[in-house]
Amino acid sequence: MTAAEILVPGKAGEGEALVLTAPISFWGGVDAKTGRIADVRHPQHGEVISGRVLFLPGTIGSSSASAVLMELVHNGQAPAALVLHEPDAILLLGLIVAREMGWETPMAVRLGRGLFDTYRGNTVKVANDGVLSVAA
Amino acid sequence: MSLALSPEEQATAAGHDGAGMAMRIVAESARLLGAPRLIPICSAHIDGALYHGDSGTLFAERLVEGGARVAVRSTLNVGALDLMGCSRIRLEEPQRGMARRMMEAYRKLGCEQSWTCAPYQAGHRPAQGSDVAWGESNAVVFCNSVLGARTNRYGDFLDIACAITGRAPDYGLHRAENRRARLVFDVSGLSPSFLASEIAWPVLGSLYGREIGDTIGVVTGIANHPGEDALKAFGAAAASSGAVGLFHIAGVTPEAPNVETILAGPEPEAMIHVTPQMAAKARAGLSTAAAPKTIDAVAIGSPHLSFAEFDMLERLIAGRRLAVPIYACTGRHVLGLLEQDGRRKRLEASGVLIVADTCVVVTPIMPELAGGVLMTNSGKFAHYAPGNTGYAVLYAALADCVESAVAGKPCFTDLAA
Repeated sequence: MTAAEILVPGKAGEGEALVLTAPISFWGGVDAKTGRIADVRHPQHGEVISGRVLFLPGTIGSSSASAVLMELVHNGQAPAALVLHEPDAILLLGLIVAREMGWETPMAVRLGRGLFDTYRGNTVKVANDGVLSVAA
Repeated sequence: MSLALSPEEQATAAGHDGAGMAMRIVAESARLLGAPRLIPICSAHIDGALYHGDSGTLFAERLVEGGARVAVRSTLNVGALDLMGCSRIRLEEPQRGMARRMMEAYRKLGCEQSWTCAPYQAGHRPAQGSDVAWGESNAVVFCNSVLGARTNRYGDFLDIACAITGRAPDYGLHRAENRRARLVFDVSGLSPSFLASEIAWPVLGSLYGREIGDTIGVVTGIANHPGEDALKAFGAAAASSGAVGLFHIAGVTPEAPNVETILAGPEPEAMIHVTPQMAAKARAGLSTAAAPKTIDAVAIGSPHLSFAEFDMLERLIAGRRLAVPIYACTGRHVLGLLEQDGRRKRLEASGVLIVADTCVVVTPIMPELAGGVLMTNSGKFAHYAPGNTGYAVLYAALADCVESAVAGKPCFTDLAA
């Protein structure tokens, strides 16, 4: 169990961990309708982020990343939770605005990427207080 | 350091109306960015009215329902539709209707119907040193570098939230200490004839973006002001190959009367000496098509063409009929001028397809064509066209683009760096 800092509050989540091994650009990199990683150069190309606990080592800054994340929330295709090495204000704006719209959003928490490997291959729970644990 | 809001900002943020929603969005962003406070802004340029999905339309309509209005002058970047009816957009229902509703919502919020990515050539030119909140990477870099106004890259949602509140997080390029150059990008090793050519600026911009990334640099070795259209092309190319938000050119841009004034320290952290080989490689890197025998189209106007650029286009076409279309993207500020003197009719009679309010890489305009080849003089189109349109790109100067459109096959005038 690890207590992570809450970046944007939201619904507690549980899902299979998806640990990205390279930074990703949501705009052009993730299909907003299906949640599939569409960037052919990304090592996790073809994986679906919907319903997963998504571990992000970094993001590449398209200023429309927020629009893609909000569209995923609106389409019911958002990750179960987002775990970021560093806060990314542009990406997380998608969650902030979705909350303002009254839509149910996943939580976003901060965790050093050195700890990501602990969760790879496991079903991970992110509790309301930001505590990450491996589900039995 | 945590964010402190003024009593007035706190009162707005507590509201259940559109202004309250906007203030909370600005404040939450400021908190994530680590900004200590919000600062007043005097203008905004809004990139958020380009349709990416229904949620963006619903957000803009929620602001309208909440009675929100922009508090500062706000121009609009391109939308997904050509409201002037110059070109046919292949966006189908229901997306088409949602894109139109989105454009309408931003109009109701009080934004100017400028629909251009070159607002700085459509009369929106904030004063040097003023704080603004602009979106669209080329507009941001021009605003910071050429006008000397201060903005970060404001993305979807935050741009309109700043416009409504008249506030932005005090962070990044709003602060003078973050605007000074750390790197020198010296082009004095390039030939004067290359530097005087039209393609020098987009090619060097593309190289600059890749070499400099998101730090601040100053270009040295430029003897004369190359003109605003050249700086527009340089900035747009730099902002698409790297995360460049601000550049300086010694002796040209307003914050860099000379190198010493703009450098952050007594010496630069690094010197990049641009060689003719580097420029040639950068130029080659803008093309993705390998020696095609024919081309299917030419696209120009990213950023949107100025009236002067249309002038040059018309002189190069010289009344000839084009074998393949030239898509010429521009804003309605230029369209009006083209219509006044019959120029639009003459260009269209030659086979030029004028695209207004939008452009060929953000919405479907060009036919879907497997193996299609597009020629362009824009570093930004060269960067985005392969991914967004499926066309392979051939990069060339405008004169070569026009000759190729007349011939229907690539024509190159070789020019050594």
